[in-house]
Amino acid sequence: MTRAFLRLALTGVAALAASPVFAQVPSKIDAADTAWMIGATGLVLMMTIPGLALFYAGMVRKKNVLATMAQSLAATFLISILWALVGYSLAFTGDGAFIGTFERLFLNGVTLDAISPLAKTIPESLFMIYQMTFAVITVALVAGSVADRLRFSAFLLFCVFWLLLVYVPIAHWVWGGGFLGSYGTIDFAGGLVVHLNAGIAGLVAAYVLGARRGYGSENLAPYDLTLAVVGTGLLWVGWFGFNGGSALGANSRAAMAIVSTHLAASAGAFTWMALEWWTRGKPSVLGMISGAVAGLGTITPASGFVMPMQGILIGISAGAICFWACTSLKLKMGYDDSLDVFGVHGIGGLTGTFLAGVFAVGALSASPEMPGGVHGLLEGNPQQLLAQLYGIVVTLVWSGAATFIVLKLIGVFMPLRVRHEDEVIGLDVTLHGEAIQ
Amino acid sequence: MAGHAQIKIGVAQTRPGKEVMKLVIAVIKPFKLDEVRDALTRVGIHGMTVAEVKGYGRQKGHTEIYRGAEYVVNFLPKLRVEVAIASEQLDQVVDALAAAARTGQIGDGKIFVTPIEQALRIRTGETDVDAL
Repeated sequence: MTRAFLRLALTGVAALAASPVFAQVPSKIDAADTAWMIGATGLVLMMTIPGLALFYAGMVRKKNVLATMAQSLAATFLISILWALVGYSLAFTGDGAFIGTFERLFLNGVTLDAISPLAKTIPESLFMIYQMTFAVITVALVAGSVADRLRFSAFLLFCVFWLLLVYVPIAHWVWGGGFLGSYGTIDFAGGLVVHLNAGIAGLVAAYVLGARRGYGSENLAPYDLTLAVVGTGLLWVGWFGFNGGSALGANSRAAMAIVSTHLAASAGAFTWMALEWWTRGKPSVLGMISGAVAGLGTITPASGFVMPMQGILIGISAGAICFWACTSLKLKMGYDDSLDVFGVHGIGGLTGTFLAGVFAVGALSASPEMPGGVHGLLEGNPQQLLAQLYGIVVTLVWSGAATFIVLKLIGVFMPLRVRHEDEVIGLDVTLHGEAIQ
Repeated sequence: MAGHAQIKIGVAQTRPGKEVMKLVIAVIKPFKLDEVRDALTRVGIHGMTVAEVKGYGRQKGHTEIYRGAEYVVNFLPKLRVEVAIASEQLDQVVDALAAAARTGQIGDGKIFVTPIEQALRIRTGETDVDAL
């Protein structure tokens, strides 16, 4: 105990720990928690490579398959390094309202026995890499909206600036001790930080880059939806680590989050399929996988706060609202979000963040620090909805504005978009010198 | 089928008297290949060349929908079956082929017939009808 308290003192929360009002849990590495979180980290990394890479690549045309996969790969290796160098420190240290500190720059201080005050039963190195995989997939998600036309070199610069100016601050505000988390906004696994954030950024990017050549006139049908189905399967399973791992331990809350997640994915897939069958005459495979991913993205902020039956309700909402966003709203607004990052992730993240405030069950989030847990509207706490809306507005405004600035800034140095003829020939050959035969 | 009479007319006979072979080209629905093959085997045809092709005629294609984006696909997958035969087999082969490939639905395909000037079996050097 003495050692644990010393460690807490070093991390600057000794006052809280000593206070009788807050029965602080001491930091001590737990083997079961550590084992689960190592597994969960692998699952979340698998979501980007190969999960998202396959999901996205299967939905583009044959000439752009490798270029689309290249974006997921590049996000993985580039964001990982940036996260270790600077991203983690700025997002997850200190208690600044707006940004973290340079305390963990280059992972300085992430020693064998270091423990983050934000995850008190696992090594800090594990917490760091677990959060790294979230940063990776968020940046990779954004690229889907401008697939088929974004230059690879522009994407690499986008990774650097967008991580530091958009992802890191928002992660800090919600999870790292910043003002949204303090205000009471709940986001279990990234409805705001990952999905709404990526969705809005994708929407802005689609507007800034403009539509694909031939959008609305040529056949832009997917090359191979079997890849997208395989990718969806990997995303779906990986999401157990994404949402279940966000409990940061091997416990009942993690298990409950996984159950809600799986049921929301199932309900989302069923709902999208049913609506499409009803309105378009056929239940498409693309519709089923889109509904599953919509359900997964939408349950993300709520998982860990809601019970399984509410997971089904959230999945149904996700399937219906995201179906409407991708098939109706998108056409009305006239943007060309190639792979529906906004329609699936943006709208899903928004819906789920809101519904978390409706359905939150206190018992799930009860902790020594907060014995009652977080109550939603249905448990008589309408204030929670306000906190959720606050988080949504802040994420929308910051992600939208900062993404716009990042893209315009990159545009000063290089064209964001490939040349017309290169777009016609295809990005695989013109950007990467390779092609699927 | 109106076109194929025209194809027969006006073929320059560079070697008069040698027009003893015909090339029958059928564009058929892909799932009819086995029936066509069986029918041709029954009338004594033991070789053919098949290629996957795309095209359209009166059958105008179909609509595909991807998350609300509708695409009309004009070019439909078909198979092009080519059979080289002795001229006296022509009627029998065309009848067998047409009967086997027919469903009565739009998009059943077409059969074209053209003369073959020369044929050679590469392995043995046999020529013309002997090479078929």
